[in-house]
Amino acid sequence: MRTLLAIIVVTLSMCGWPIAGWAEGASQQEMRSLDEQVQVVKTDVLSIATDLNQLEERLLFPSNTQVSVFVSLSPQDPFRLDAVQIRIDGELATHHIYSFKELDALKSGGVQRIFTGNFGTGEHQLEVSVIGKLESGKDYRQSQQFTFSKSVDPRLLGIALAGPGTGEAPIQLQDW
Amino acid sequence: MLRNACWQIALLVYVVAWAPAVLADSKPRDLYFSEALYYAQQGLYFEALARLDVELAQHNGLDEPKLDSLYPFVDSAQFSVGDFELNYRMHLRAGHAITAVLEGNVDESIRNDAAYRLARIQFQKGQLADALHSLDRIHGRVPENIRDDIEFLRANLYLSTAHPDDATPILKRLQGDRKLLGFPEYNLAIAYLQGDRRDAALQQLDKAGAVDASDDETRAIRDKANLVRGTLLLESGQFADAKNSLDRVRLEGPFSNQALLSAGWADVSAQHFEGAVVPWNILVQRNRTDPAVQEAMLALPYAYGQLAVYGRAAMLYSQALQAYGAERDKLHASIDSIRAGKFLKALVREEIRKDKDWVVRLRSLPETPETYYLMELLASHDFQSALQNYLDLEDLRRRLDGWQRSFAAYEDLIQLRRAYYEPLLPGLDQQFRDLDSRRRLRLEQQKILAGRLQNMLIAPRPELLATADEQLLTTQLNTLEQRINAGATPDANLLARVGRLRGLVTWDLKTQYHERLTQFYEHLQESQKAVETLNEQYNEFVRVRQAATHSYVGYDTPIKRLRTRVGEAIQQTKLLMARQGNVLEQVAVAELQVREQRLENYEVRARYAMADSYDRATAVQRQAPQQ
Repeated sequence: MRTLLAIIVVTLSMCGWPIAGWAEGASQQEMRSLDEQVQVVKTDVLSIATDLNQLEERLLFPSNTQVSVFVSLSPQDPFRLDAVQIRIDGELATHHIYSFKELDALKSGGVQRIFTGNFGTGEHQLEVSVIGKLESGKDYRQSQQFTFSKSVDPRLLGIALAGPGTGEAPIQLQDW
Repeated sequence: MLRNACWQIALLVYVVAWAPAVLADSKPRDLYFSEALYYAQQGLYFEALARLDVELAQHNGLDEPKLDSLYPFVDSAQFSVGDFELNYRMHLRAGHAITAVLEGNVDESIRNDAAYRLARIQFQKGQLADALHSLDRIHGRVPENIRDDIEFLRANLYLSTAHPDDATPILKRLQGDRKLLGFPEYNLAIAYLQGDRRDAALQQLDKAGAVDASDDETRAIRDKANLVRGTLLLESGQFADAKNSLDRVRLEGPFSNQALLSAGWADVSAQHFEGAVVPWNILVQRNRTDPAVQEAMLALPYAYGQLAVYGRAAMLYSQALQAYGAERDKLHASIDSIRAGKFLKALVREEIRKDKDWVVRLRSLPETPETYYLMELLASHDFQSALQNYLDLEDLRRRLDGWQRSFAAYEDLIQLRRAYYEPLLPGLDQQFRDLDSRRRLRLEQQKILAGRLQNMLIAPRPELLATADEQLLTTQLNTLEQRINAGATPDANLLARVGRLRGLVTWDLKTQYHERLTQFYEHLQESQKAVETLNEQYNEFVRVRQAATHSYVGYDTPIKRLRTRVGEAIQQTKLLMARQGNVLEQVAVAELQVREQRLENYEVRARYAMADSYDRATAVQRQAPQQ
């Protein structure tokens, strides 16, 4: 797939196979009008989503207790990430199995918010476990523990993952 | 029966979706922007837009945006909003964010990037003059990675506005560009065709049809170039050259069926009927819903007939008739099923849409005639647009329904919190008031002592640092002195003794003054720490108290408003889905009816041709014994 590029092709089209004689039933004008109305609804729903996200965050994850964990992956890493498990203070916080699309998105620089929860102020233990496969096909497992402190502000924790071939630490905790 | 080679040049512009911007591993980065990219990379543009909109709104509302982690990426984020909107088919809104960058006080290269992106959006929206105007705003420093893209877009705009002479020099220069490989070569041929330079176009198509392709898109455009060249040569009677070009089209590409069909016609036109049999035999084995395959089923026995193999021709006509009949039955069933409303239900099946090959799977589902011809319907741009809108509306409806249900859960949660906290709060408030009065008292004491220390540093007052025993002793000595002095004749000896004792206290106070002052300072510091702890407890209490209140107060109005908005949006979405679904059904039925008509026509031809072939085969058989 070409990226960041308008690939515009001016093509030749055959008239041997007419596309459709649908104009009898629905006019082009109606199609355009419908298309515009669909766009208006999309704008409305996006606006509702924005307000609802803010309401949910305020209601479910107030800033004084909010802890969010984000996962990023070293770009172009041949290592295949299969799953990540997060435990906080010994309790399972989340477990995520990656689809091909999600893995691709992580490798392209995307960052996944894997967990958001509520924790009191003070010191907490974070345990990150990673399961995957190496380029050679061998299974790969890593687990690491970290300590983080939670103050009255929301705490954003970044987990940077890297395969063994990159020369980077396999699991790093980054402060965001 | 020869295929009516009616070709026309159509300026059909298609744009491969732009992949969203990729953040390199540059740290630090903005988490929320990166999260939006995570969704966009998966094609989840609604989620990406919802997140990025919030992040940009919060960034723009900051007093000091320079301190925000998004600040270094804000232009890129604005660009991405435009890309996401475009990919989410929100053409009306796309470009607003980029226009804001363009009109802001930004660096020259960022402004040029914004102008290019805006032009790209305008081009996709069909605003060709605006797009050219946006490109004309590019001056000075241009980011290296988009230099060729800008020129390519400019050339395509010239082509779309029927200015091939302006497009030609640009496309010539862009030939061989690794990133664009195949596309400038092909479009240059189209520019020549637009400019009525047929020979140059054929030469250029030959070149475009021989590019060294390593990815699917370049291979597809190379196939397209060969197919177009072959078709043009076929039209002008250059059958051998046409065949050569058509043979260069891959057997498994998106243009292979059409190329096989045309290759057969090239041979037939050159009276090489044996040659036509080869591609058409391959073609008739393929999916029978494809128009090229259906035509080949009629063309193949025609070629055998021309080769005087009448028996085989008659048998193939018979098979074609059977196949056409079966396909017509399917078309009938499809049309009936669509009219019964099953088509729309099949399209929105969730389990199917989770599969990346959902179109193929829909077609192969048992007992679902409404989707047999879906792949063919998808070839129509109108159908694709209508289908995509319908699927988007369905996605919105599901979201809205989910949100509508969640409001009741939020209200339960709020009610539970209210029931828990409200009885507790009066007691907590009393404790808070006690704590507060103790804190205030401590603060006052601390203030007085601090003032005393300050004064003693200016004017020493040892008596203020006397211990409790010393203070008691001093008081007793004062009392004794008063009593002695109260007598008629005060005893000088006793007064002297009291004076000596007072002197003893004064000696200690004066000689230990500095030591005591230091102790006083240290004790004051310790006391300060205790006050700070008290203050922390106070602030923590205030925060917890506020958090308790905020967990259930102030939500009623926003929830009520959102519930109304969601309800209205559901109504609007359902209404539009009904209208869009109706259009979709009409388009599908109209398309299938055209196909049905064509099959009917083929059937008539096949029936006559079959009878003719049987007659000829019988005649040949009769003649054979006589000979």
